[in-house]
Amino acid sequence: MEHTPPLFRTGLTPLARLMIFAMLSAVLLVADARFNYLTTLRQITGVIVYPLQRLAAAPAAMGDRIADFFVTHGALRRDNQRLTGQNLELAIAAQRTEALHKENAHLRGLLGVREQVPVPSISAEILYAARDPFSRKVMIDRGLQHDIESGRPVVDHVGIIGQVTRTYPWLSEVTLITEKGHLVPVLNVRSGLRAVLAGTGDDGKLELRFIPLTADFQIGDKLVTSGIDGIYPPGLPVAEVIQVERNTAYLFAGIACKPLAGVNAGTQVLVLGPLPAQPERPAETPAAAPQKKKGRS
Amino acid sequence: MAAGPMSPQELLLPVKPGFIVLTLIAALLCNLLPWSGWAMWLVPDFVALIVLYWCIHEPRKIGFLTAWSLGLLMDIADGSLFGQHALAYIILAYAGMALHRRVQRFAMAQQILHVIPLLLFIDLVVLLVRALSGADFPGHTYFLGSFTGAALWPVMTHLLKLPQRPRPDPDRV
Repeated sequence: MEHTPPLFRTGLTPLARLMIFAMLSAVLLVADARFNYLTTLRQITGVIVYPLQRLAAAPAAMGDRIADFFVTHGALRRDNQRLTGQNLELAIAAQRTEALHKENAHLRGLLGVREQVPVPSISAEILYAARDPFSRKVMIDRGLQHDIESGRPVVDHVGIIGQVTRTYPWLSEVTLITEKGHLVPVLNVRSGLRAVLAGTGDDGKLELRFIPLTADFQIGDKLVTSGIDGIYPPGLPVAEVIQVERNTAYLFAGIACKPLAGVNAGTQVLVLGPLPAQPERPAETPAAAPQKKKGRS
Repeated sequence: MAAGPMSPQELLLPVKPGFIVLTLIAALLCNLLPWSGWAMWLVPDFVALIVLYWCIHEPRKIGFLTAWSLGLLMDIADGSLFGQHALAYIILAYAGMALHRRVQRFAMAQQILHVIPLLLFIDLVVLLVRALSGADFPGHTYFLGSFTGAALWPVMTHLLKLPQRPRPDPDRV
């Protein structure tokens, strides 16, 4: 016999063990949700799961590679033709932008405005979407070892997809702009109005918050980052207005948008590098400070 | 005794601990596969299923510590709250251990009727934890995974019992 049942019960009862482990879990949950104490513990555990995460992502990557191998001659020719055309168009546009760039730099120099510094970037690949139904997150294959820090914006070839929120040694977690409560400060390209774009937790739907009923927003308006937050560099496409509802019963207009970037598709992304430091916040005036305290207590 | 819902008990070889570890790793891998779109809602939590299976069939070989550590690994992989899956899995482990004599004696259909409420219960626990930390209800599709998980139970039981079935004796006619 492999196992001889003990004559007397030894050790703790299952219920006691359940209680102990439930208590431990509760402590972890509170420490994580309330105080964010567990960064190191998360990173250590992250190293243990890392091989499994890579292994699980491998079949899909291999499938892609096999599919790539069996691309037909016709498809390649079509692609080639399309890309040559596109290349020509882009080359012309690039030449024009170069001229504009120079002109812009010159004008900015004349005006004495700080020059816009190009933002460095790191390319990464999306490994998988996290299976958490309560949030919109993806894992990418670059982490602390590749100098990625939390807070970095992540873009694909069309526009913003999200922001790095947690980093592990070789992976990072990107919270998508569709996550509930995720905010991006934006600018309406057509009217130049500033606004704050919030995720709804719903795939493919974003909303503009606190927009007055009379504000100039129309269906089809493109929204780009305004860059005033110091996180997202200015001018990156984010979303397009798909629905404008002006009901005088409410204080604000209901404006729904859809993200432009492939928030749920696509595998190749760019993590934008550290942005040039923002100017210091002006110190609060001594008069405002006591007033704030009074309001709190 | 009425034959009805009871299943005849099979004679099985003892399970190898290495096999249990292997199935747990396989379940983790299945959970980490890049599911997307509808599959994401339909796919069950494989680790939860396997933990429940082993707690019911081999309650002496798998413990709370295993279930709890697997939960922590899943929390990292999913980027969810640290401890959320751990809590769910130890509840499953406890339920599996407490019910193991009962569930094993039932036929498959009745076993599924035990599995569905257990999986739904841990879904509710997770929902409660997330609601306390400020998340929204993600919609009714959230519970679909538990039903597909229960539907996979018979297939899983069959597959996991295969290595334990004694080889047919070649001398017997």
